Amino acid sequence: MSEPKIDGFELKPGFKGMASDTASDQTMFKGVHWGKAMMWIFLLSDTFVFSCFLISYMKGRGSTPVEWPNPSEVFALEAFGVPVPLLLIALMTFVLITSSGTMAIAVKYGYEKNRKMCGWLLLATALGGLTFVGMQAYEWSKLIHEGVRPWENPFGAAQFGSFFFMITGFHGFHVSIGVIFLFIYTYKVFAGHYEKGKKGWFTKLKGDYVEIEILGLYWHFVDLVWVFIFAFFYLW
Amino acid sequence: MENTNNIEKTDKKDETSTHKIGIYLWIWTLLFVLSFFSYMVDWYQFQGMLRWSLILFFMFLKAGLIMAFFMHLFWERYALVNVLLWPMTAIACFIFLMAAEFQYTLFSRLFYFVVGGGA
Repeated sequence: MSEPKIDGFELKPGFKGMASDTASDQTMFKGVHWGKAMMWIFLLSDTFVFSCFLISYMKGRGSTPVEWPNPSEVFALEAFGVPVPLLLIALMTFVLITSSGTMAIAVKYGYEKNRKMCGWLLLATALGGLTFVGMQAYEWSKLIHEGVRPWENPFGAAQFGSFFFMITGFHGFHVSIGVIFLFIYTYKVFAGHYEKGKKGWFTKLKGDYVEIEILGLYWHFVDLVWVFIFAFFYLW
Repeated sequence: MENTNNIEKTDKKDETSTHKIGIYLWIWTLLFVLSFFSYMVDWYQFQGMLRWSLILFFMFLKAGLIMAFFMHLFWERYALVNVLLWPMTAIACFIFLMAAEFQYTLFSRLFYFVVGGGA
């Protein structure tokens, strides 16, 4: 992960290292598993997809003369008879951050070949993700009951619904896929696939705990996107 | 054959030196605190430039912490880090372009709502 060593090749630090890595007539990303490099490239392209969504939201919200619905009222939730602004969204944020933390520590224990801890933390991450999706389903059904549609809503500018459903829906879809894979990898870790050297995904090569880090990258990315959605859609 | 296997195994152990758990717990706590602060921005109903700058500040701080430590970019070599971060300038350009565009769209909408369209 941090300091790879390659026989007969001097790895320089910083920008000089970047130049010599890139010009080395070898693999460019020294010490990076191919699956990890591919996951990063995928996440980069996914960043562009989410950016396009958020930029189109900016364009839509900025160009309408009709007043935009106030998110802290639209997403308020009644707690003990008092409407609390953004309560559900705040809870969702904390749940997702919690699951991101357990994931990061699961990756660490994976690299230390601590099978049990890695497995339990992956399971905790998966359950956190599941809770998040459940809360989002509740949020969606509440808003649909209140009459929010992609083409109209009772609170203000009609574009609100389409951006809301598209952006949070696409993010929720990512979370759902992540949860499925988290459960699969929880099983793989508990079943000891990496100790037995079972083959990994899309390859005949033996699986390794680096796969947990790759899964972790995806999961942290989902959390990362939520940071931006939380800021731009719910708080702005 | 067995010999080379052994060498590979020892090499792998070197590669997988991990970070102390404390760093993850620290980042985790920081993320909680920052999320709490950004929620407080809404709670106290800050408005205008103060609201927007605080939202952006906490957002970039959180995103940076997640990428640097949870996603390990802080420890990666520059070849990977730069490949990942430079494309973000394209997104920044796109945001800039579309910001100019929505202002123009809003202006022309308001203008023709007042003046009336057509000849």
